Amino acid sequence: MSETINFQVPTMAELMARGEEPEVLFWVGCAGSFDDRYKKVTIAFTKILNKLGIRFAVLGTEESCTGDPARRAGNEFLFQMLAIQNIEVLNGYNIKKIVTACPHCFNTLKNDYPALGGNYEVLHHSQFLQQLINEGKIKLQGGGEFKGKRITYHDSCYLGRANDVYEAPREVLQALDAELVEMKRSRRHGLCCGAGGGQMFKEAEPGNKEVNIERIEEALNTNPNVVAVACPFCMTMLADGIKNKEKETEVKVYDLAELIDRSL
Amino acid sequence: MFMIEQIIFIICLASVGYIAYKRIRRIIQNIRLGKDEVIKDNPSQRWQNTLLIAFGQKKMFDRPLVGLMHFVIYVGFLIINIEVLEIIIDGIAGTHRLFAPILGGFYTFLINFFEFLAVGVIVVCAIFLIRRNILRVKRLHARELTKWPLTDANLILTFEILLMLAFLTWNASDTVLRERGVEHYNIAGIGSFWFSGILSSLFEGWDTTALVVYERFAWWFHILGILGFGIYVTYSKHLHIAMAFPNTYFARLLPKGEMRNMPVVTKEVRLMLGLPETTNGNSDTSVSTESADATPGRFGAKDINDLSWKNLMDAYSCTECGRCTSECPANITGKLLSPRKIMMDTRDRMEEVGQQIESGKEAFTDGKSLLDNYITREELLACTTCNACVEVCPVSISPLDIILELRRYMIMEESSAPGSWNAMFSNEENNMAPWKFSPSDRFNWADQLKSGQ
Repeated sequence: MSETINFQVPTMAELMARGEEPEVLFWVGCAGSFDDRYKKVTIAFTKILNKLGIRFAVLGTEESCTGDPARRAGNEFLFQMLAIQNIEVLNGYNIKKIVTACPHCFNTLKNDYPALGGNYEVLHHSQFLQQLINEGKIKLQGGGEFKGKRITYHDSCYLGRANDVYEAPREVLQALDAELVEMKRSRRHGLCCGAGGGQMFKEAEPGNKEVNIERIEEALNTNPNVVAVACPFCMTMLADGIKNKEKETEVKVYDLAELIDRSL
Repeated sequence: MFMIEQIIFIICLASVGYIAYKRIRRIIQNIRLGKDEVIKDNPSQRWQNTLLIAFGQKKMFDRPLVGLMHFVIYVGFLIINIEVLEIIIDGIAGTHRLFAPILGGFYTFLINFFEFLAVGVIVVCAIFLIRRNILRVKRLHARELTKWPLTDANLILTFEILLMLAFLTWNASDTVLRERGVEHYNIAGIGSFWFSGILSSLFEGWDTTALVVYERFAWWFHILGILGFGIYVTYSKHLHIAMAFPNTYFARLLPKGEMRNMPVVTKEVRLMLGLPETTNGNSDTSVSTESADATPGRFGAKDINDLSWKNLMDAYSCTECGRCTSECPANITGKLLSPRKIMMDTRDRMEEVGQQIESGKEAFTDGKSLLDNYITREELLACTTCNACVEVCPVSISPLDIILELRRYMIMEESSAPGSWNAMFSNEENNMAPWKFSPSDRFNWADQLKSGQ
């Protein structure tokens, strides 16, 4: 791919003004928009979309939180306020297909919005990338940066158990020609990072250990070079866990999109 | 003599039937304390789940060795019940081994097969007692598994061993009586039984009267034990032997990530936003317990009558195996939450309310509720909604559904969220994000990309 590529991030408003429709709406999510670490994932995924010439758009400042943390914390009013306003925007732009790098946004848009009048084809970026790989649109250069590296994949609860997406992220990783190693608890039995259900936004209840420490210990037992994640909350929790274990120089936490973008 | 025995048997049978009927009616009424929820969609998928997960015990084999041992007890229980049919008919009619002349050589095979299963049940129950009490398997020991739940588990296993021993020694003493050609026992055409044949050497030195007394004792102990156990089960965690089937049938088919919608809230929010009332939404009533027009009782659940009847059926289906708790991230890291306890609490509260109704008092006037009197807020707040408990439950129970409904009550009726959640709520309300960033900065991430950096 050319290094002098001129990256575009068109918004729905711009597209509409030009009378165009995108193939897919990239739902960035709050973490993807504001969290310094996950903004890199947003950028990586945007680069992939640009490099492959996919006609996409984002909502830009018209996007709001899907309402997932409010709903799981029990605040249904707040959730529906956000959800219904988002649905008004999405339906206003006649959106059919959405891709997002956040499993929480993915789950909420896909499963929670239909009952409120929002019906879309929703893909998580792992599924989207898997399709592109299967269609031969993503061709990774042999001997890329992660060839032969040990990668362990941490299942996000809202991708895995919540929506039974276990294989797409693994197939994406396999395309890197890396050595994929599984943790003891994986797929259906994957251990949560500790951030779901509103936990990201409060202190954990009293216990004898933090969930992310329990999980990172299990990940480190596989002697990985990379812990691959597919969720902004998992990213934060596991990166914090690695810092806690003082392993941040040896072991990196990357999102699938970053791994693919760097190997394209 | 035989006449009296028959009359006593019929009285026992009728009494057990009456007690069981009353108890089953109570359980059904308790489940109906829950809110209506229409579960009628996709019957073919539901039957398939019932076949694989309930009859086939698919999820039990997540842990293959325990799954296999449990399967032995399950098959033993199901198949030995065929023998119970003969025993009941014999008891009423005053006959002895009525099926033997009808089935001929197959009868010998059948009894041998039952005996084989009975020995299997004894072995597995003994291993389970050892696992529970001597090896002290971690998931079988928790703060919710003391007192009655602990006794209940041991009683069930001990009782099953005794019942199977009664069956085997009954066959053994009967064999000796048959061999001696004692009247009433001398049925022709019955071959030898392998396991009880070994045991019958114990009885060979006994005189015939003592043998008849033992044979009658074992027969009565076995059948009264089974009938008594049938009633005991309705008060015990062991009720899963019946509830597993309907509970799996009615288990939700939606993606586990989907939360029950609240149409009442939708109506209000749309009014507030100045939108027309209709949502054009899927008329997906299968996931909502109330229609938008019904007067809402409470938001969320404070007590069992705020939960759906399916949540309550879940509670009666739980056999306290603790697979949920052993995979719960909160529990693993020492937090108070145990999904198994959520189910046990729901059941205990249901039984408590049921007893109030039974004794003629008005239900729910005891000043107690599921929230606070049984389940604490600390437990609810520890849940990461990761669905691990729902995924592993062998009988498709959802502790998560109950946790989320109780959370809704805490937040929406009482506004009693932890401070940091209130801060998150206020960010969501004012900044459209859970963090305190300006909505106008939401698209700033693209600046560096567009400037070519």
